[in-house]
Amino acid sequence: MSLYESRRRSNLTAMTLCLLATTIGILWLFLILFSLLMNGLPHLSLEVFTEMTPPPGETGGGLLNSIFGTLMMTVLGVGIGAPIGILAGTYLAEYGRYSKTTPTIRFINDILLSAPSIIIGLFIYGIVVVPMRNFSALAGALALAVIVIPVVVRTTEDMLLLVPNTLREAASAMGLPRAHVVWHVAYRAARTGILTGVLLGVARIAGETAPLLFTAFSNNFWSASLMKPIASLPTTINSFINTPDANMKQLAWTGALIVTLAVLGLNIVARILGGTKKQS
Amino acid sequence: MNEKISIRDLKFFYGNALALKGINIPLYANKVTAFIGPSGCGKSTLLRVLNRMYDLYPNQHAEGQVLFDGRNILDPSVDLNLLRARIGMVFQKPTPFPMTIYDNIAFGLKLYETLSKSELDGRVEDALKRAALWTEVKDKLNANGLSLSGGQQQRLCIARTVAIKPEVILFDEPCSALDPISTAKIEELIDELKHDYTIAIVTHNMQQAARVSEHTAFMYLGELVEFDETSKIFTAPRDSRTQDYITGRFG
Repeated sequence: MSLYESRRRSNLTAMTLCLLATTIGILWLFLILFSLLMNGLPHLSLEVFTEMTPPPGETGGGLLNSIFGTLMMTVLGVGIGAPIGILAGTYLAEYGRYSKTTPTIRFINDILLSAPSIIIGLFIYGIVVVPMRNFSALAGALALAVIVIPVVVRTTEDMLLLVPNTLREAASAMGLPRAHVVWHVAYRAARTGILTGVLLGVARIAGETAPLLFTAFSNNFWSASLMKPIASLPTTINSFINTPDANMKQLAWTGALIVTLAVLGLNIVARILGGTKKQS
Repeated sequence: MNEKISIRDLKFFYGNALALKGINIPLYANKVTAFIGPSGCGKSTLLRVLNRMYDLYPNQHAEGQVLFDGRNILDPSVDLNLLRARIGMVFQKPTPFPMTIYDNIAFGLKLYETLSKSELDGRVEDALKRAALWTEVKDKLNANGLSLSGGQQQRLCIARTVAIKPEVILFDEPCSALDPISTAKIEELIDELKHDYTIAIVTHNMQQAARVSEHTAFMYLGELVEFDETSKIFTAPRDSRTQDYITGRFG
């Protein structure tokens, strides 16, 4: 009986420790969300979305140029990165599955996946900003594209590898050329998974600051030009939070709240999409 | 009898491992030929040579000859897609494509023939009727193929194969994942289909081989032990190993 009792106790201890660790892990997320809501929500108004970033010493103003810059560069970054990522992932899973170079490519892609984003920013600074002699939205979008590519390559490959080979054999057995097998059968079966990967890619770059610092730089004014520096939410937060100006600090909090909610929303949508896939 | 396919001294390798050790079997036109034998005897491998399915994978190769209407299909110059359109295959597990019932059939057709919508509708209906599935699905052609039961899915796969009008159909244990009623339906279907097609079937079920086939090949450890008319194989086998297998002494 004492043996049973001591086992019961050690089980209880282990369970308590696990729960405690989980709570501590989740606690930070909620603390961050809570402080963002406390500081950002009171000033979340329509003006934030309709007015430009203010200069120091003034009241009011919004984040319109930053929000637009983030949207533009994110859309462009995903627009460039996702197709490349999907095609590369398709090569790894479908065409080059048995090729000797595939494990090497996969390994390099995984390194790129975990590369510090500031390094990617510096890389684009070197090959785009320096030759063009100025910071630009284009350079920012390219940096974001480089970050998106490995994310999409990885998820595309993983999702295609989940498509059972019997399905490919069945399609090939009907005399379908490889391209048709990939396009009509494999893609169709892996569609939601690939889409989830792209959404996770969007979520990943929407909040990136480091790769934009040396590429898109920032801009206090409205710009929709690809060739000029452009504001973005993360860089604006970064510069506004460090000012002594109370109004700008306030906007930084609000901007942080917007980015966080957007990324959170994207992640939730991606999870739901991924979840429905598993049930069917 | 007319030999649709002649397998001559066929050897097959997985890497360096010899899986088929020189097989000679004729497949007669408009007849059903069954391949039986214990697991690992090479009967599925043999079937997968007949439509060059092994070509999808690295390190697998075949030697010898497989004459299809007199032409060696192992020749590297053979167009695999055209070959597979003429030699269809139905797999062990039903493999409907993730699309509607209609598209499952129309999709392959559209690749090889330019058909108007009404012609396409006709061909889809015809194929579903031939697979004895039409009455069950005619009101839900736009439902997903995966929503059908296992037996229906397998008949959908047969319909899909029949639709592109092949000359030979290979069945790789088509009933092993199905219940007895679905199995009976598929067997009836095979009996119907042999009027228009040459059929080869791999099966673990000896009663099934006895019921559906005219000829049976008994294989063991990569060798062809015996090939004869099905009635002879099951009543008066010449080889003692065949005798032992069909009486259930091993395998």
